[in-house]
Amino acid sequence: MTPLSPVIAVSGGLLIGIAAAMFLLLNGRIAGISGLAAIAARIGSGGTPWLQAVCFLLGLPIGAWMVAGFIRRPEIVVTSSLPLLIAAGLLVGFGTRLANGCTSGHGVCGVARLSPRSLAATAIFMASAVITVFVVRHMIGA
Amino acid sequence: MRSILSALIAGIIFGGGLALSDMINPGRVLAFLDVAGAWDPTLAFVMAGAVIPTAIAFALRRRLNRPLFANAYFVPENRSMDSRLVVGATIFGIGWGLVGFCPGPAISGLVLGLWQPWLFVAMMLLGMLIERVLPLRLPSGSIAPRQA
Repeated sequence: MTPLSPVIAVSGGLLIGIAAAMFLLLNGRIAGISGLAAIAARIGSGGTPWLQAVCFLLGLPIGAWMVAGFIRRPEIVVTSSLPLLIAAGLLVGFGTRLANGCTSGHGVCGVARLSPRSLAATAIFMASAVITVFVVRHMIGA
Repeated sequence: MRSILSALIAGIIFGGGLALSDMINPGRVLAFLDVAGAWDPTLAFVMAGAVIPTAIAFALRRRLNRPLFANAYFVPENRSMDSRLVVGATIFGIGWGLVGFCPGPAISGLVLGLWQPWLFVAMMLLGMLIERVLPLRLPSGSIAPRQA
């Protein structure tokens, strides 16, 4: 995998932050993707109105498609097997609902407003993910 | 109507940012999480870039009485830790580390001609449903309005 220029990485990050800022100042909502997904699928209760959640989520692949088509084609590397994808999806869905957030809601929005819950959640899921990768790649050798 | 349009545009910008920064590439995410391997710092740069405008927006919020297209801000005020948060974040981290997908990148990756994001997102929604219906015996304390 070729290294990505830090300038492009920060630019992409700024776009994510601008989107989260927009959603807060215009819609008054936290741009947390797992929560919006739960609302859109009618699994979560309350929070962002259904149509706003659906439109935000609809925008995600449109934005990715536009960048892939006009700016930079991302090189996607998914090496995971079918059972691993199933297990990972279930764990991510279950865990993000239990913790009320994921990388966007806790990791970006929560950290940006220095929420103690989000800072703790971010530290925990980062550590948990690092340990998981270490076990999978360097101990099991998968 | 305006709130629907701004939600769509915010989503487009968010997804564009994830694609531009290569965060929709699980290989790139795993390379960041693999501290004992060929470590790739990209995710840290992305996080730093994302936190800056968001922090400015939260500072601005204190000067603006209400959002432009809504009556009030809906920001969780819960500041207390509980076991749901700790256990949930741990489980999420395991799933994230197994494949390198978290919710935003997986949904953004649905249009790239791959089948893996579709399976992942379907299983993620199933996991959310299971959390919803499973009677958990974790002491919950005061849970804030569901954030995300």
